[in-house]
Amino acid sequence: MEKAALLETITALIPNAKVIEEGVDRPAIELPPAHLPEAAKLLHDTDDFAFDMLCAHTAIDRIDDGKFELIYQLYSTKFHHYLMLSVKVDREHPVVPSVSSVWRIAQWHEREVYDLFGVLYDNHPDLRRLFLEDDWQGHPLRKDYRDDFMLTME
Amino acid sequence: MSVKVKTLDDLTLPPPGADSPLSTQEYFINMGPQHPATHGVLRLLLRLDGENVREVIPVLGYIHRGIEKIGENSSYRQTIHLVDRLDYLSALMNNWVVSMVVERAAGIETNDRIEYIRTIMAELQRLQSHTLWWGVIGMDLGAFTPFLYGFRDREYATDIFEETIGARLTMNYIQPGGLMNDIHPNFVKRTKEFLEYLKPKIDEYDELVSGNAIIQKRLVNIGILSAEDAISFGTTGPVLRASGVPYDLRKIEPYGVYGKVEFDVAVGQAGDSWDRYIVRVMEMRESVKIIEQLIDNIPEGDYMTVKVAKAIKPPEGRYYGHLETARGVIGCFIVSDGKDKPYRFHLRTPNFNNLWCLTKIAKGWKIADLVAIASSLDIVIPDIDR
Amino acid sequence: MTAFSSFLFNYLNGVTANVYEPVSVATRAAEVWAHEPWLAIGWLALGMAVMLGFLVVIGMGLIYGERKIAGHFQCRLGPMRVGWHGLLQVIADTLKLLVKEDVVPAKADKVLHVLAPVLAIMATLLALAIVPATPWFQLIDVNIGVIYVTAVGSIGVLGVLIGGWSSNNKWSLLGAMRAGAQIISYEVSATLALLIIVLFAGSLQLSTIVESQADGWWIWRSHLAGIVAFFTFLIASTAELNRTPFDLPEGESELTAGFHTEYSGMRFAFFFLAEFINMFVASAIAATLFLGGWMPFQIAGLDGFNAVMQAIPPGVWFAVKTGGLIFLLMWFRWTFPRLRIDQLMGLEWKFLLPVGFVNLLFAAVLILMGWYFAPIPA
Repeated sequence: MEKAALLETITALIPNAKVIEEGVDRPAIELPPAHLPEAAKLLHDTDDFAFDMLCAHTAIDRIDDGKFELIYQLYSTKFHHYLMLSVKVDREHPVVPSVSSVWRIAQWHEREVYDLFGVLYDNHPDLRRLFLEDDWQGHPLRKDYRDDFMLTME
Repeated sequence: MSVKVKTLDDLTLPPPGADSPLSTQEYFINMGPQHPATHGVLRLLLRLDGENVREVIPVLGYIHRGIEKIGENSSYRQTIHLVDRLDYLSALMNNWVVSMVVERAAGIETNDRIEYIRTIMAELQRLQSHTLWWGVIGMDLGAFTPFLYGFRDREYATDIFEETIGARLTMNYIQPGGLMNDIHPNFVKRTKEFLEYLKPKIDEYDELVSGNAIIQKRLVNIGILSAEDAISFGTTGPVLRASGVPYDLRKIEPYGVYGKVEFDVAVGQAGDSWDRYIVRVMEMRESVKIIEQLIDNIPEGDYMTVKVAKAIKPPEGRYYGHLETARGVIGCFIVSDGKDKPYRFHLRTPNFNNLWCLTKIAKGWKIADLVAIASSLDIVIPDIDR
Repeated sequence: MTAFSSFLFNYLNGVTANVYEPVSVATRAAEVWAHEPWLAIGWLALGMAVMLGFLVVIGMGLIYGERKIAGHFQCRLGPMRVGWHGLLQVIADTLKLLVKEDVVPAKADKVLHVLAPVLAIMATLLALAIVPATPWFQLIDVNIGVIYVTAVGSIGVLGVLIGGWSSNNKWSLLGAMRAGAQIISYEVSATLALLIIVLFAGSLQLSTIVESQADGWWIWRSHLAGIVAFFTFLIASTAELNRTPFDLPEGESELTAGFHTEYSGMRFAFFFLAEFINMFVASAIAATLFLGGWMPFQIAGLDGFNAVMQAIPPGVWFAVKTGGLIFLLMWFRWTFPRLRIDQLMGLEWKFLLPVGFVNLLFAAVLILMGWYFAPIPA
């Protein structure tokens, strides 16, 4: 599906979705966190898009805005089109619903994001740290993370 | 806090007889972080019932180096040196994906010569990676000899790289705006020699390993990954193609000069270990075909299109690009705030996604099958941990 | 003392013909025990010394051979640095193993941990004692040799089992359990194959079995039954030796090192040496029963040819046959991948064992009807 048509169909189906125009290199929409699970399910199941693969999921620490921006890169193996999903959550209480029931791999991507950013995922089957030890203090990819071993260039 | 965070201590064993008709006591066992079958510092926590695998719990992070964090503090050219250390058997492709995203973000143009050389190098590396993998799967199945045959043939390609690039493993060759240096005068001749040498060797691989009855018994119908599962687990590369999904970025979104060459995408049917094996052997032949079409037609031109001294400052925005490495799709996500360093530097690595399907497909098989399945997934650990 | 010294003289000067009729060292010692006890002890001491030397030479030779053969199979040279073509490499390795720290895991069963490698090597030494290398040299000629060799072989698995269990390591235990299951299963087939030759030769004594092959080795005199039995024995003994494609107890890509994961230094060397000596014993037994042991190659009627063959010393015949079989086992190892445990058990219980039983029946019928190549009266 063409970019414009795709975005039009998606916004028609998911009224809360807001199209991102600036600073992206592929179709992108922004969603409020509360609507993420149903939107994910729609995007995955609707035959018109069939976003059956979650290529990547990560977060950006927008420390100046006090937000975490969660990025979901979706892909359809049927139509070969992409969609970037952006969800912004509050940096102080970063709780978002998990999408691991829609895309299996999200379970581990979300664990990674929890580990490195401290974003908590509601309804996650096995929310554990992925890379760091279970008793590690802090979340290293946050912009304000500091520990005793860090080398910083000033 | 409403969300409960778990730890490894929360794992418990089921009571005897929960999973099998015999009332046997299950047990946990650590495969790794130091284990010959995990090819690195991967730790698989296994819940076993005798020899039967009941659950596979990968425990990661033993080689986590925080490449994404270092990337936030490095200039765009410096990040090239970091990504070599991800999947070190696809170092050139990792270089390329970062270069590709940075070039697109900063609007850097490349010329045909650069793209030809990049494509040839990437395919050479795919051959190199697959020959190594072929040896390793032999070793994992208990046959040591293929391992050395694989290394012998890989050596040939490594020598070619060494001559042009100066490095044998971590290449640092492809960089935003071109290449680190031009190809060596011998490059074309030696690459052709290598292809002539390798073609009969791939037939030898088939005779020595593919046709072996024990190998087939150990791989056919073992660890079946259905197409739906493969997609849901986000697997890519030969693992996904073996499940019957013809998803190959070289074909779907041709980058480099893949659009100009003829080649087939190797696709499996059943998604078992054998399909993953044979898809890679077929890919070797396709790679040979691709290089043969390109090697004589490298156009003249400059090997760099921007000045090295110039700092790259892409405009503000979020950029995602990806390409096909020997193991699957590597994606690079760069968030730029207009400075010379990325604000956020994320890598979507193929092995990270490929690893997790092990938790599903190894369940119910024996330990020996787990080793075979893991080997057929062709996992490189630094790529998972980053 | 004269008999002893003259024997020694002949022995050292290279006896080329059957000067002495087949008689074991133990028999010689027993004969002279009543009137010359010191001579008897001399014989036994000589036997032990020669056996010890034999053991070391065979062990080291096989290790060197295996490494060289593996090297050349794999397009490399194998050991090349220590000594001429790496000949002294094995000695260097032995020295290294001797001076290495002997680690016993803190939570291991210490007594059993120490006992296991001793058991393993003892079993092989006991089996080695009855191998009729030449007509004049065999330590003990037990009259139930075939039973003895299978019985003693089973002690080895005890060493493996104890070693794996006492290490207190789950990988070791897995390896030991695999070894137990595998060796006990395959022993059945190996014994069945040996029984066929016992049927043909009509004796359990190894020296008698060798002599019964003076006019032709059992592998073709008993034609089909012998050939099937030979290959059954070869497969079963490869499995008993834990060598590829049946090296599951070690299975280094699965179980790190299987039952000897926790062993180091000399104790590991014991397991290692036991494996190689076992390989020699299995090949020697196969050569003795199926390929005529030290008997030269004979074709009835061709007297000139037979004379040439007889001129070759029996020791050479024995060494060539055993060496050939050992090479075959090494060839297996560097070619085949490993089977899975259930496939391994399936192969034994569903294929080899039925074949072995049918073959035994078939052999019995052959003997009953006299449908085999009987020795031609001289």
